[in-house]
Amino acid sequence: MSDSLQAPVFDISRRRFIKAVGVGGVFAVSTQLLSPTHVFAAIGGTSLTTSQAVNLFVALTKDGTVEITCHRSDMGQHIRTAIGQIIADEMEADWERVRIVQALGDPRYGDQNTDGSRSIRYNFDRLRRLGASVRQMLAVAGGQHWGVPAGECVVANHKISHTKTGRQLDFQDVVNRLMTVEIPQDAAITLKARDQWRYINTGMASVDMDDLINGRAVFGADVRLADTKVAVVARPPVVLGKVKSFDASAALAIPGVLKVIAIPVPTAPLVYQPLGGIAVIATNTWAAIQGRNALKIIWDSGVNGSYDSREYQQRLEQKAREPGRVIRSQGDINAGLAAATTRLDAEYYVPHLSHAPMEPPVATARMTSTGVQVWAATQNPQADQAEVSRMLGLQPAQVEVHVTLLGGAFGRKSKPDFSSEAAYLAQQSGFTIRLQWTREDDIQHDFYHTVSAQKLSAGLDDQGKILAFRHRTVFPSIGALFSAGTTNPSAGELSQGFSDSPISAPNLQLEVGEAQAHVRIGWLRSVNNIHHCFAIQSFIAEMAAAAQRDPKDYLLEVIGPARLLEFEGMSEPYPNYGETLTRYPYDTGRLAHVIRLAAASAGWGRTLPRGSGLGIAAHRSFLTYVATVVELNVSSSGELTIPKVWMAIDAGTVVNTDTVVNQCQGGAVFGLSCALHAGITLQNGAVEQTNYHDYAVSRMNEAPPIIEVQVVASDALPAGVGEPPTPPFAPALCNAIYAATGKRIRQLPIGNQLRT
Amino acid sequence: MINLNINGQSIEYMGDPQTPLLWVLRDELDLTGTKYGCGIAQCGACTVHVNGTAQRACALPVAAAENQPIVTIEGLSVDGDHPLQTAWKDIQVPQCGFCQPGQIMQAAALLASNAGPTDAEIDTAMSGNICRCGTYPRIRAAIKSVAGASS
Repeated sequence: MSDSLQAPVFDISRRRFIKAVGVGGVFAVSTQLLSPTHVFAAIGGTSLTTSQAVNLFVALTKDGTVEITCHRSDMGQHIRTAIGQIIADEMEADWERVRIVQALGDPRYGDQNTDGSRSIRYNFDRLRRLGASVRQMLAVAGGQHWGVPAGECVVANHKISHTKTGRQLDFQDVVNRLMTVEIPQDAAITLKARDQWRYINTGMASVDMDDLINGRAVFGADVRLADTKVAVVARPPVVLGKVKSFDASAALAIPGVLKVIAIPVPTAPLVYQPLGGIAVIATNTWAAIQGRNALKIIWDSGVNGSYDSREYQQRLEQKAREPGRVIRSQGDINAGLAAATTRLDAEYYVPHLSHAPMEPPVATARMTSTGVQVWAATQNPQADQAEVSRMLGLQPAQVEVHVTLLGGAFGRKSKPDFSSEAAYLAQQSGFTIRLQWTREDDIQHDFYHTVSAQKLSAGLDDQGKILAFRHRTVFPSIGALFSAGTTNPSAGELSQGFSDSPISAPNLQLEVGEAQAHVRIGWLRSVNNIHHCFAIQSFIAEMAAAAQRDPKDYLLEVIGPARLLEFEGMSEPYPNYGETLTRYPYDTGRLAHVIRLAAASAGWGRTLPRGSGLGIAAHRSFLTYVATVVELNVSSSGELTIPKVWMAIDAGTVVNTDTVVNQCQGGAVFGLSCALHAGITLQNGAVEQTNYHDYAVSRMNEAPPIIEVQVVASDALPAGVGEPPTPPFAPALCNAIYAATGKRIRQLPIGNQLRT
Repeated sequence: MINLNINGQSIEYMGDPQTPLLWVLRDELDLTGTKYGCGIAQCGACTVHVNGTAQRACALPVAAAENQPIVTIEGLSVDGDHPLQTAWKDIQVPQCGFCQPGQIMQAAALLASNAGPTDAEIDTAMSGNICRCGTYPRIRAAIKSVAGASS
């Protein structure tokens, strides 16, 4: 599996256009500017140096360097650092002598699907135990060296000490001996006490920090293999559309264009199959892009050719006005609504969203005598193995997947259609292929966040207390990607901020309507929590306004007393992100706690000038509790400014405290993009947006300059971090808009709704 | 043939003069620190210095950069120790890091022409550079720490 490591990183022969005239020549230039060794450290499948594996995740080199394998993909959440922290801490390695190695796709590592905010949740305990087992083995090795019982040896900071004599060994002194030491039985493994942690629960910097700021970090498009050609694909504008006819003569006439190859038409269900279309292969990216633009293609739009997202919105909204399938029911909703003194009804809408990571999808593939090698910015290398092998008629084990750093992902890159495209073209052309998506490809052919309409109704008594709450949600399901024609969202989708409604009301009913998918629906950072949290947290503030109550106090009141939710009246069990409610209960006390923390730090209740306001929202997702307070100002012409945001997060035990803060800040800005600008619209089945000018994301001038984050100190089991900060932002923002202007936003994006 | 001066080295380029500088850097010179993000000068991931000014390499024909000093992230400092890079490290700015070379190049051009920018000037200079991870508060803090300005 590691023969690829011997391959040259840079292909000098490719520099046909370049002639060096300075001292040293072009080769000297490139070696001076880029360090190939460094490059491989980031993308290699195994270690560079000769090292000996203690177990699947830990190896030692002769000089005592500890190589820790990270089997999850790093897309900005710094999991490479966090996994290093966990293992290095438990095995008492000196951080300065730790190197992180990126794993190949390989089922031996267990789950590698880096989404669902679960890398730490899945791995914290097992990797602590693994690290601890190495520490215990080091003590045994030290004991053997001195001929003393292992129990007299203490392992700390890369040293083994014999307590009675004070003698010391470095890890490098026992490397060979360590390989013969028996791995301890599970029951014999002892974890360090929390107060002995060196690295866990600190805010140490990313292991990739230097590379990330000096341009040496290797992302998907930065992989350099010998004699690589670049491919760019013209895909059908409409999902399940196909090529009727095409003329490639103009494309082939462009200097540098080598080949034009048709990609097979996928059949439903689409899963992660490429969309088909025509690929242009060229000697360089610019020629490939120009060649693609010069293709003359007549498309057959197929079954989705009449999809119009504006008309579809009306259908979803209509559906949400009708009774749906009951997901959860407590008390008697109709009696409750009828008995109310005040009745509130509101409809909310959130459009399709695109992930739009800064790095568009990209993969490099080359055929070998035994299969194919793929280098990809992928969240899930085992999915690449499965999909590529299916596309090429190979076995998954014949697909060697190297994971690069990911230039953002947000769920997009767990769907490896781009790797299949690269591998297919490598197989068909015989070339090593770098398959590059352009930004236009990314915006127009994404696996979009679903589109949703919701109707919420409440009945309040004469004191403003909630008597009845009904919530209807209608959205096309991700399930349609895997089973064509699916019109009912899964329990998992509904569990994301809908069936786990935090509202405590004597009469409550949650209903879902059916909807047909006409685009590829995929998961996007926090998934269905985005629209459900937006609607619920906005609607609670609407209820507070109707009851003439403070929104924060009212929010705490509807959540009710601290308790563990029992999910009475559910039509099927609550999935709870795959965890039992015993291990990870829904604790309303923890939700209330983050609300109080965020509100207190924001100085909730203070008087603000005209046109300014505070808004609050809180949500549990991926087993983590987050509250967000937004302060904003709306000018007389409707311009928004956000001077400050306060967040509080309870994610249980956290490994890297600074990563949690960074993810909260980033999640807030991600939520800001969703709230202000984002929205994918389609006409005749084709996406209307193309690039960042018409699919806008937030920029520095509108981002809050200060986002203050409180991380709750907790020894609860670790929960999610990457996604939970996003959902509460949009409703907190819209609640602040209401506080500042009296205008209620029920449809995203906000766009021009505040302009006067 | 086009004469280029990249990070202090002279190079002759013999390809299509209309090729954007970005693809010459990435595809021909393996200077991969300059990133492709949009291709239409909307995101700033490809920001380099041409004649000391921040330019979007994705929308700049290589011919337009002839005989002018071009600096990429690889040439900004010898050991990644430009004051902004140091500040980026201290404040732990990056998440995925993909946009950060462009952000740093943009900020370096700003500070070269204006050593003490106001918040509004930072916004104006930096708003052409998208960070989808949302590290803007940290980018701003890092720039201000170098500029010596206080909030």
